[in-house]
Amino acid sequence: MTKAKSAYSVPTKKGKLDTHIFVIWVDNEAGVLARVVGLFSGRGYNIESLAVAEIDSTKNISRITIVTTGTPQVIDQIKLQLKKLVPVHKVAEFKREDKNVIFKEMALLKVVGNKKKIEKCLKACKKLHPVILDKTKQSVVIQITALRREIDIMSKKLKSQGLVSTSRTGAIAMTRGALVI
Amino acid sequence: MSKLYSGAEIVFKCLEDQDVEFIFGYPGGAVLPIYDELKNHSSIKHILVRHEQGAGHAAEGYARSSGKPGVVLVTSGPGATNVVTALTDAYMDSVPLVCISGQVPTHLIGTDAFQECDTTGITRPCTKHNWLVKDIKDLPKILHKAFHVATTGRPGPVLVDIPKDIQFAKTNYSKPKSEKKINSKVHNQFSQNEIEELINLISKSKKPVIYTGGGVINSGPKASETLREFVRQIGFPITSTLQGLGAFPGDDNQFIGMLGMHGTYEANNAMHDCDLLINIGARFDDRITGKIDEFSPKSKKVHIDIDPSSINKIIKVDLAIVGDVNEVLRSVIKKLNGLKDSNKQKISKWWEQIQKWRTKNSLGFVNSDETIKPQHAVQRLYELTKNQDTFITTEVGQHQMWAAQHYKFNKPNRWMTSGGLGTMGYGLPAAVGVQIAHPDKLVVDIAGEASILMTMQEMSTAVQYNLPIKIFILNNQYMGMVRQWQELLHEKNYSESYSKALPDFVKLAEAYGCKGIKAENPGELDTKIKEMIEYNGPVIFDCHVDPAENCFPMIPSGKPHNQMILGPNDKEENKITGKGKALV
Repeated sequence: MTKAKSAYSVPTKKGKLDTHIFVIWVDNEAGVLARVVGLFSGRGYNIESLAVAEIDSTKNISRITIVTTGTPQVIDQIKLQLKKLVPVHKVAEFKREDKNVIFKEMALLKVVGNKKKIEKCLKACKKLHPVILDKTKQSVVIQITALRREIDIMSKKLKSQGLVSTSRTGAIAMTRGALVI
Repeated sequence: MSKLYSGAEIVFKCLEDQDVEFIFGYPGGAVLPIYDELKNHSSIKHILVRHEQGAGHAAEGYARSSGKPGVVLVTSGPGATNVVTALTDAYMDSVPLVCISGQVPTHLIGTDAFQECDTTGITRPCTKHNWLVKDIKDLPKILHKAFHVATTGRPGPVLVDIPKDIQFAKTNYSKPKSEKKINSKVHNQFSQNEIEELINLISKSKKPVIYTGGGVINSGPKASETLREFVRQIGFPITSTLQGLGAFPGDDNQFIGMLGMHGTYEANNAMHDCDLLINIGARFDDRITGKIDEFSPKSKKVHIDIDPSSINKIIKVDLAIVGDVNEVLRSVIKKLNGLKDSNKQKISKWWEQIQKWRTKNSLGFVNSDETIKPQHAVQRLYELTKNQDTFITTEVGQHQMWAAQHYKFNKPNRWMTSGGLGTMGYGLPAAVGVQIAHPDKLVVDIAGEASILMTMQEMSTAVQYNLPIKIFILNNQYMGMVRQWQELLHEKNYSESYSKALPDFVKLAEAYGCKGIKAENPGELDTKIKEMIEYNGPVIFDCHVDPAENCFPMIPSGKPHNQMILGPNDKEENKITGKGKALV
C-alpha cells in the first residue's frame, strides 16, 4: 500500500451505478434552475439530461426532470439535498427500469437528400410514429417521441441516410394509471 | 392608506422586529442609503469592522456564543466577495447568519457596472438560500423569511442582495407573520417506534459509546442539559467532536475526550470497538471517521440529526431519528424512566477497558523547563481561567487542536472554532463578536502567529469599541500543522511553512493601542497570563513556544481509529528532532 500523503481519506470502493429519473416541483422564480443544477455540479453528481418548464402558472410551479446516475447511497443523498432547497416543493425519483412510469424524449431530425432517401428515412422510423413537421423537395423535418435509446439508435441509423441535424429534449416522466405522485 | 417607507427604512424596521441589537458591517457606495438610515434606529448598534470577512466571522462569534442570528451588512462587489469566506465557514459549521449586501441599481445589473458582481450567483453554493430583491414590495417579506430560513432546521447563513434603487424606493411595511413551514420542510419527523427501538438497543448494548456534535449546541442550552441527564442516567461513555465540546462537561468522568484525527486514544478505540454507537447531532465528518471501510466495524449505529440529508451520507446507520436533539432526547428520557433494569452492570467490563486505554494518557507530552510547550501553555491558561465563565475562540492549526485537547469546557456556547471550513483568521474577529454579545465576560482567542496575521486588522475594531479580548498567540514561527504534516508525511520537506520576518507582536499591540505581553520561558508564564487576564482592555499575548512540537495523538489519513500515532512519551521514534528551521 502506498503511503497516504493526502490530508484526506482514501476513496472507498464504489457501489453499482444505476440510472434514476428525478422529478422536482419548484417555485418558478429567478435562479431556481441554477440552484438545482448547481447542487448537482457542486456535489459532483452527473446530469444525463434535463427538462424544465412551468406547469402551473397560477401557483407559479415548474417541473424539472433530471436523469442521473449514481449508487443507491448517492441517489438517496441527491433526493435529500434537493428537498432542502427552499424553492423545492416535492421530489420524486424513479429507476429507469420502473414499469409503472412512462419516460419520453422528443427529437427533431432534419434529413436532406433526394425523394428516395427521404422515403427511406421515413420508413426506417415508422415504428416510432414520426410526425412530418416540414417537407420540401430535398428535405424533411421529422419529429419522433421515444425512449432515449430508441432515439440514439435511430439517429445513428439515419446518419448515412442524409440526417444533417438533430435536436433533442431531455426526458420527461409520468406515472401510469390513475395514481398521482 | 398606511405610511410608505423607503427600502432602507424597511431594512431597519425588519431588524427591529427580529430583535436585532448588533450589525457587523462596512459601508460602501451601494449600501449608503442603509447607512444613512442607521442614525434613526437607536436600538441597533453598528460595529464597524476593518474587512468584510471580519464582519462575517464576528457575526459568527456573536451567533455561536449567544444563540441569536448574526447580522452582517456589506456593500456590493468587493464587499460581498470579501464576506464569502465567512459565509462558507458559517454554512459548514451551521451558524445562523443574515447577510445584507448592497447591489448596483437594478437598471445597471448585468452591465459590469462599478463594484458590480453577481452576488447571488457567487453566494448560492455557500448559503442556505439567497435573494436578489428586484421589487421593493417583496423586501419586507424576503427579510423576514431570511431570518426564518437562517434560524430554523439546521441553521446556516442566508444573504439578501438589495440594489441601491430598491433602498430608495418606497412601499408599505408588513410585520413578520408567524411563519408556516416553508414548502413543507419538517424538522421533527421522528416516531415513538424509533425511540423505542433506540431504548431497545441501549438496553441490549454491552459496549456502547455516545458521540455528540455541534447539533447539540445548536439545539440550545436546554439540549445540553437534557444530554447530561440522558448520559448520566444510562452511564455510557461519551465522546464529542470538535464542535460539540462543552455540551457535556469536559472534566466529567464519563467524558472520554474528543474523538477523531487528534482525539484521545480512549475515544477513538471506543469508537472502533463499540457494539452500539449513538451519534447525536454530528455528521460523520472525514476528520472523525478516518477510513470509512474500517469505521466502527462491529457496532449498531444510531444517528440523531435535524438534517435528513446528514443521514446515510457517509456512514450507513441502522437507526435514523430525524429531529431536534432536545426533543428527541426528551422523548428518550421519558421512555427510559419506565425501563426496569438499567444495563450499567452489563457495561462495567467496557468501562474497565476504557480505563485501561485511559492509562495511555494519550494527551501527555514531555514538558520542559527551558521552553514553553504549547500544551503546557493551554493547560496553564485553563487553570488560571477556569474559575470564571470564559469564552474561547481559536484560529486553525495545531494551536486549535491543543486548545480542544487541553482546555476543558463545561458549558455550551463557550467554544467557537472553525471546524468545517478550517478558516485561518477566524478567531480574532470571532472573539470581537463574542465580546459584543458578552461584554463582561473573559474572551480569549487561542491563536497561532500565522493565522492571526490573516485578520490582524480587526484589533482596530476591538480597540474602537473597548472590547477587552485577549489574543493568546502560541508563537512557533511555523504554520505548525503544515509543518507537522510535512515532517510526518513529506520527508521533512518544510516547503514554505516557516514564517520569516514575523512582526514584533508586542510593538504591534502598542501600535494598535492595546497591550502587548511577551512570554519566553515557562517560569514567567503564570504571572504573564495573570497580567493578561487582569488587564482591562485588549491584549496581544506573544507566547513563544517550542517550534518543533507536534500535535498528538493523531490518526494518519486513510487509517482506521485503532491505528493511532501516539506522542513521544509512548514511542521513541516519533520524537521530533527539531531541525526544522535548518531545513527551511
